[in-house]
Amino acid sequence: MPTVLLPRSLVSLFPGAPRRCEVEAGSVAEAIDRLDDAAPGMRNRLLDAGPSIRRHINVYVDGAPASLATPLGPDSVVHIIPAVSGG
Amino acid sequence: MTRSLLLVGTTKGAFVFDGDGARKTWSLRGPLCEGWPIHDLQWDPSTRSIYAGGGSAWYGPAVFRSEDLGETWTHSSEGLTYGDDGPKIPTVWNVTPAHGSIFAGVEPAGLFRSDDRGATWRHVEGLREHPSRPGWQPGAGGLICHTIVPHPTDPERMWIAISAVGTFATEDGGATWEARNRGVVDCNSPDPHPETGQCVHKLVMAAGQPDRFYQQNHCGVYRSNDGGHQWEDISKGLVSEFGFVMGAHPRDPATGWVIPLSHPEEGRTAPGGALGVWRTRNGGDSWERHGDGLPQENAFVGVFREAMAVDRLDPVGIFFGTSTGTLYGSVDEGESWSVVAANLPPIWGVEAVVLD
Repeated sequence: MPTVLLPRSLVSLFPGAPRRCEVEAGSVAEAIDRLDDAAPGMRNRLLDAGPSIRRHINVYVDGAPASLATPLGPDSVVHIIPAVSGG
Repeated sequence: MTRSLLLVGTTKGAFVFDGDGARKTWSLRGPLCEGWPIHDLQWDPSTRSIYAGGGSAWYGPAVFRSEDLGETWTHSSEGLTYGDDGPKIPTVWNVTPAHGSIFAGVEPAGLFRSDDRGATWRHVEGLREHPSRPGWQPGAGGLICHTIVPHPTDPERMWIAISAVGTFATEDGGATWEARNRGVVDCNSPDPHPETGQCVHKLVMAAGQPDRFYQQNHCGVYRSNDGGHQWEDISKGLVSEFGFVMGAHPRDPATGWVIPLSHPEEGRTAPGGALGVWRTRNGGDSWERHGDGLPQENAFVGVFREAMAVDRLDPVGIFFGTSTGTLYGSVDEGESWSVVAANLPPIWGVEAVVLD
């Protein structure tokens, strides 16, 4: 299953949420849905209207910039990282 | 024994100050709400909950709720959206409990309502359906619904304020809204008396008189005695027409406070570097300046629109925070002041709570 790595500032909003988890997902959008299943409300923190990834949130799949439609393989690693521009 | 709380919203999180009955000694907790920028905190006495509205540049808008005086918090923005095709909402500017519900004013200007203590929200669509909406323009702080004033007994009636659009009122629970800006000058328009466009900065209701309002506007201080249908300028005697905050006495409808700032194109800070709070005892017919305990030279600080609070004790306590992170308090109705805390982040919002 793909692995998702989450920032400390995000998981601190959801007590008990892990920084690293595995999700059953075929795309970034599906991975975020699974995160929201485990921590209701997390989707709203990562996605804006559209839906689109929030402006100051960067998502990478296997080190490359990704979108919601980016496919995930069984060994994919998804990094979700707050942008420097948002601080 | 009476216990006081000060709820302070800043650019870098919320803070709670625990005070004794005399309101002289305060201890600080924070930063809370995970360090999010927090515009406004409000106390809901019916549920003994604190609500905090703000927005993170990373994670968007949310309303936080604490049911244990700020020790632990939950948050939600479920439903706090204009839909996938609508404008994006970056932040919440105001949270106001009323009649068992919670209301939130957001940017871009709109009103949301929660009937489940902030867990989910729904858009009060009638406000943005006002025919003037295509012409709404932002102020320097954005196009923001920053003030919500519920009627004390009638849940169908409410007033809200939007910068730089003006005051609106509903008498049917939010289904329809009426612009109420007659008599308020728009000093940034070729037409000084448009239906909307007046940059109201803060709107308060007089104690015990739900048809009497005061507002600090970009272009003056005003009073209305008829629910906002007609306004009259009460700026005469003030050092400046410009300012953001406005406070109303909890029992005397003729007493209120403002903090005038320098001309909006000349800094928006304490005029001449001398920080003063101005009080009226006669509904704005005249004003008196009080600066005892406040810096009277080289204090080029601002005070933002939600950053003044009035408690309900006798004598009334007044508290305000500055753009430079100093929190001041007065326990003699504004005549003398002392520092509650310094070196906080820039302060956006202050609320005073009295726990019995």
